[in-house]
Amino acid sequence: MSTTGEMNGSGNLMDFLDEPVPDSGTYEDFHTIDWLREKSRDTDRHRKITSKSRESIWDFIKSLLDAWSGWVVMLFIGLLAGTIAGVNDLAVDWMTDLKEGVCLSAFWYSHEQCCWTSNETTFDNRDKCPQWHTWSELMIGLTDGGSAYVLNYFLYVMWALAFSFLAVSLVRVFAPYACGSGIPEIKTILSGFIIRGYLGKWTLLIKPVTLVLVVSSGLSLGKEGPMVHVACCCGNLFCSLFSKYSKNEAKRREVLSAAAAVGVSVAFGAPIGGVLFSLEEVSYYFPLKTLWRSFFAALVAAFTLRSINPFGNSRLVLFYVEYHTPWYMAELIPFILLGVFGGLWGTLFIRANIAWCRRRKTTQLGKYPVLEVIAVTAITAILAFPNPYTRRSTSKLVSELFNDCGSLESSQLCDYINDPNMTRPVDDIPDRPAGPGVYSALWQLALALIFKIFITIFTFGMKIPSGLFIPSMAVGAIAGRIVGIAVEQMAYHHHDWIIFRNWCRPGADCVTPGLYAMVGAAACLGGVTRMTVSLVVIMFELTGGLEYIVPLMAAAVTSKWVADAFGKEGIYESHIKLNGYPFLDVKDEFTHRTLATDVMRPRRNEPPLAILTQDSTTVEDVEALIKDTDYNGFPVVVSRESERLIGFVQRRDLILAIKNARQKQEGVVSNSVVYFIEDVPQLPASSPQPLKLRRILNLSPFTVTDHTPMETVVDIFRKLGLRQCLVTRSGRLLGIITKKDVLRHMAQMANQDPESIMFN
Amino acid sequence: MVFAGGGSRLTHLSLELSLPCLATLLLLLLLQPSDAKNSEDVRCKCICPPYKENFGHIYKKNVSQKDCDCLHVVEPMPVPGPDVEAYCLRCECKYEERSSVTIKATIIIYLSILGLLLLYMVYLTLLEPFLKRRLFGHSQMLQNEDDVGDHQPFANAHDVLSRSRANVLNKVEYAQQRWKRQVQEQRKSVFDRHVVLS
Repeated sequence: MSTTGEMNGSGNLMDFLDEPVPDSGTYEDFHTIDWLREKSRDTDRHRKITSKSRESIWDFIKSLLDAWSGWVVMLFIGLLAGTIAGVNDLAVDWMTDLKEGVCLSAFWYSHEQCCWTSNETTFDNRDKCPQWHTWSELMIGLTDGGSAYVLNYFLYVMWALAFSFLAVSLVRVFAPYACGSGIPEIKTILSGFIIRGYLGKWTLLIKPVTLVLVVSSGLSLGKEGPMVHVACCCGNLFCSLFSKYSKNEAKRREVLSAAAAVGVSVAFGAPIGGVLFSLEEVSYYFPLKTLWRSFFAALVAAFTLRSINPFGNSRLVLFYVEYHTPWYMAELIPFILLGVFGGLWGTLFIRANIAWCRRRKTTQLGKYPVLEVIAVTAITAILAFPNPYTRRSTSKLVSELFNDCGSLESSQLCDYINDPNMTRPVDDIPDRPAGPGVYSALWQLALALIFKIFITIFTFGMKIPSGLFIPSMAVGAIAGRIVGIAVEQMAYHHHDWIIFRNWCRPGADCVTPGLYAMVGAAACLGGVTRMTVSLVVIMFELTGGLEYIVPLMAAAVTSKWVADAFGKEGIYESHIKLNGYPFLDVKDEFTHRTLATDVMRPRRNEPPLAILTQDSTTVEDVEALIKDTDYNGFPVVVSRESERLIGFVQRRDLILAIKNARQKQEGVVSNSVVYFIEDVPQLPASSPQPLKLRRILNLSPFTVTDHTPMETVVDIFRKLGLRQCLVTRSGRLLGIITKKDVLRHMAQMANQDPESIMFN
Repeated sequence: MVFAGGGSRLTHLSLELSLPCLATLLLLLLLQPSDAKNSEDVRCKCICPPYKENFGHIYKKNVSQKDCDCLHVVEPMPVPGPDVEAYCLRCECKYEERSSVTIKATIIIYLSILGLLLLYMVYLTLLEPFLKRRLFGHSQMLQNEDDVGDHQPFANAHDVLSRSRANVLNKVEYAQQRWKRQVQEQRKSVFDRHVVLS
């Protein structure tokens, strides 16, 4: 925002404290931007700089700096987002373990870090060391037994409640816009909507801080969606350094598209997946220039995160797996079944979550946000502690489920009966029968699956930062692992059946349950978000194996088909619809045969169109019009009789121009005539000074004729990002269609409630 | 009386200025090459599964990456000479390093940011209304409870207190009031009217 630095003479340092002066060119909160005007302003600016660059060396350098400013912004975004993600990961690691105990030698170490140098760890108990004390050990001196268990349970729940209460209080007091995932709002912002403060500095500060708190409290949510929001806040922050981006809303959105890619890149360690996610899910206009820049920013962020090294082994994500065991064609059947499960779960989740969020919006439930968070945390913590698979953090659960069981694993899930005479190297263990540990792990996992399916519905959408990538992946991974173990045991015990005989000889390593977990995770994530390409790329960047693209694609495609059969919208589009944001989706198809006359305003029983004439309206009339109506703009015609269109003028520009004229120009009174034409005629000396407003008139408004099919009109709105469009017949102005009218019409045609579209 | 208004202004100013400074400090700290590598921060971890009569064991040793294999790390070797190769084939050795300085700095910086925010939150919600009520009387506080754009009581306080105040603190106070109004607006649309963010 521009500030007048010379106001108090106190210098530019304190200018960020001044209230930004609204000038013609800025937009009001909760309004849509004018894409065409922003783009043409940017072209003008660029042309001016290029033409001036030939004048002197200094101007040439300025033009170079202007060209390079985009890359500098990307560099800063990558660095800051990578740093925030690294800090986040380290803090989450520590705080999650804080619920269970503390490291006395150095309190800042998590459990694993505490036992890093210890020599007391054994093969069976990898996490045992004398420096780590559980709370029961510290308080009453016991590690095992009923009272120790109860005390640990109690303190676990208390810590979880403390963390989530702190998080929701911080959000409530400092940055209410830091709630939720952020991706639906960012999608709307990138399509041209303005939400002031959504990408502000306090949101940037509060969201990562509270994100650490809520993830550590054990709630069933993830950090990926909020990381996209945080990265976009970083993008907004650095945009304000350069006037090229801070003054132009369209250019700013290019930077924000790239920042969204950075968010996914640091959350998953998947730079290419992040760019594709931004392209497919989040962005509205994605020019090729942004593609290269987002890739650069994502790489810088990934590199920064790697140098912070939060997981101690130069990996970016907790569940990076490296096995390369092949899969077989016959396994496509269980993979497709997992895809069907993912689609069904996605549909169930979306419907249940939207119903619950709608209830929160409209009933008394929404009046107690802090109490709701505390209640959900209490339920989650109380139900999660007994089951060892839900007690640990969801990322660690997914990581364990993705891992293949070699002979070196000692967890319950890998309790296979080993052949003591086996001499195979580590990663080529043939299929083995399951021991009792595996069966108990299976029913615990089944309980964890039901729990997670149930609790995530109530967690997503609360007034705390919450993402849903990790919970969806957890649900899918649990289901996949169960199916994988089932197939593995079937293949082992019934290797003479016809399906298994061809590809699974006894003594061979046929089935990898970890792969099933990955495929399940991809299917569930695809079912909920309806991502296609970006999902597959993220998953294979997570695994590092190109061999698994076909199973991942099969599951993703199946889950998308199954989920689309029940409802066309993913979770983010559903939330956009729930909130009534004016988002014109590029994926929606409009196939009805209505015409522009059916949608345009004014309708038959409405007051006539509010118009201005080019040379016969007075200032008083304009002010009355502005006061009586709340339209965003007015068409200007030649005269009320001919109704031939001249142009369109924005309400905000009118208000500012009239205010300016009354304050600054001599002789402008209420009786002054407003002229929108070029050559003002000579007036007799007694008449008041005319007000020339030609320069705020848009001389090229978009018009369609009344018989234009709505299909074309919707296409024009979508592709050009229009806010309104005028309807004419044989050259005469008939009415106006705004974006809100288009959205309401589409909702009506789809038998949804047209009154739910709230914003302009 | 002077300190009440000044305290809130100073806190807001210090918060707004110290957090970018902390962030830059953190950035510099974390991007520094870890040349002072603590010898405790690198290790080679070998996991050996059960073999014959031996139980599974985990061996750790501070060796460099090229020495990170079974023969250098597994000491004392639990199996006699001819079995060593078979035993070592089963073992998996991984070289790991971490930066304890980074972990310590990150946790401490995070806790200090969290602590500052907590103190400021306690101040804003509990102390400031209490102090202002004592200064300006009960009636004006009641009037100000839910008004969005009406900050008349504070404007009066401005005129009274800040006639001869420095420009900077003035501006900080205005900025803080504006920020509070914005947050109140946001809180209304998110928490009360449920207009944005469901």
